[in-house]
Amino acid sequence: MADQATFAAQAMEYMPSLYAAAMRMTRNRADAEDLVQETYLKAYRAFGGFQEGTNLRAWLYRILTNTFINIYRAKKRRPEESDLEDVEDLYLYRRLGGLEGVQAGRSAEDEVLESFTEAEVKEAVEALPDQFRMAVLLADVEGFQYKEIAEILDIPIGTVMSRLHRGRRALQKSLFEFGRQRRLVDEPVAQP
Amino acid sequence: MDHDDDLSMQPKVDVNCSEAVHVLYHFLDGELTPERRLLIEYHLDACHPCLEAFEFEVELRELIKHRCREQVPDDLRLRIKDLLASEASGPGTNDGGGTFPPA
Repeated sequence: MADQATFAAQAMEYMPSLYAAAMRMTRNRADAEDLVQETYLKAYRAFGGFQEGTNLRAWLYRILTNTFINIYRAKKRRPEESDLEDVEDLYLYRRLGGLEGVQAGRSAEDEVLESFTEAEVKEAVEALPDQFRMAVLLADVEGFQYKEIAEILDIPIGTVMSRLHRGRRALQKSLFEFGRQRRLVDEPVAQP
Repeated sequence: MDHDDDLSMQPKVDVNCSEAVHVLYHFLDGELTPERRLLIEYHLDACHPCLEAFEFEVELRELIKHRCREQVPDDLRLRIKDLLASEASGPGTNDGGGTFPPA
């Protein structure tokens, strides 16, 4: 049993990352603010049931994602195969010339990476379908382990892995498209 | 973990490049067993192209993480503080101004 009086002292520090996640989920500031506020209110009211000493951050993310799913009717489970086209391993790296010209080092690839703006990266993340976006955010931005993500999203670990796998590759493809639009990278080899 | 001691004494490592790339994310996510992790580390020690690819993925992840940061609006922080304070002063005293969506 956790004491409600200690809630603010323990939970407020997670607001920046919860707010950032809420921005990526809702894609706009007003909804993100509402989502974070509702998350804190629900968490406060439920804090008596939180097991002190367990993972507070994961617990808050669980409330955040559930609230998001409920409010925005994000589909919790749906057929996934058709949602995202399958993209090969190392999509971005290969297209930036990696694996072939490695003796020259990675400086060219790193330069392209660094050139991606905040707006481009955010847009690429936000373009992912809900289920893939949440998994990628929890793993790559928040650094949660598969088991924690499975608990937060209430899905099996195998599903976590497949959503991450597809979501990450789709994200790389979006980033590549931004690079291509800005002529930072060459056209795909297959298209003369 | 110190596999530098005597490389000639290491067991023959069978991981090839495509196997290494296949488990790249599991490796970076820290989700491999220690034994498998070690096999991948041996491969990366010996295979420069794979090492470069793995490092690229690490940097990409760092980039995504950094570019996705947000500054919490001051008024949101204040609003939540006030909301929690009003909740603390007694159940039911929250007049609904802070709940979302409206019931």
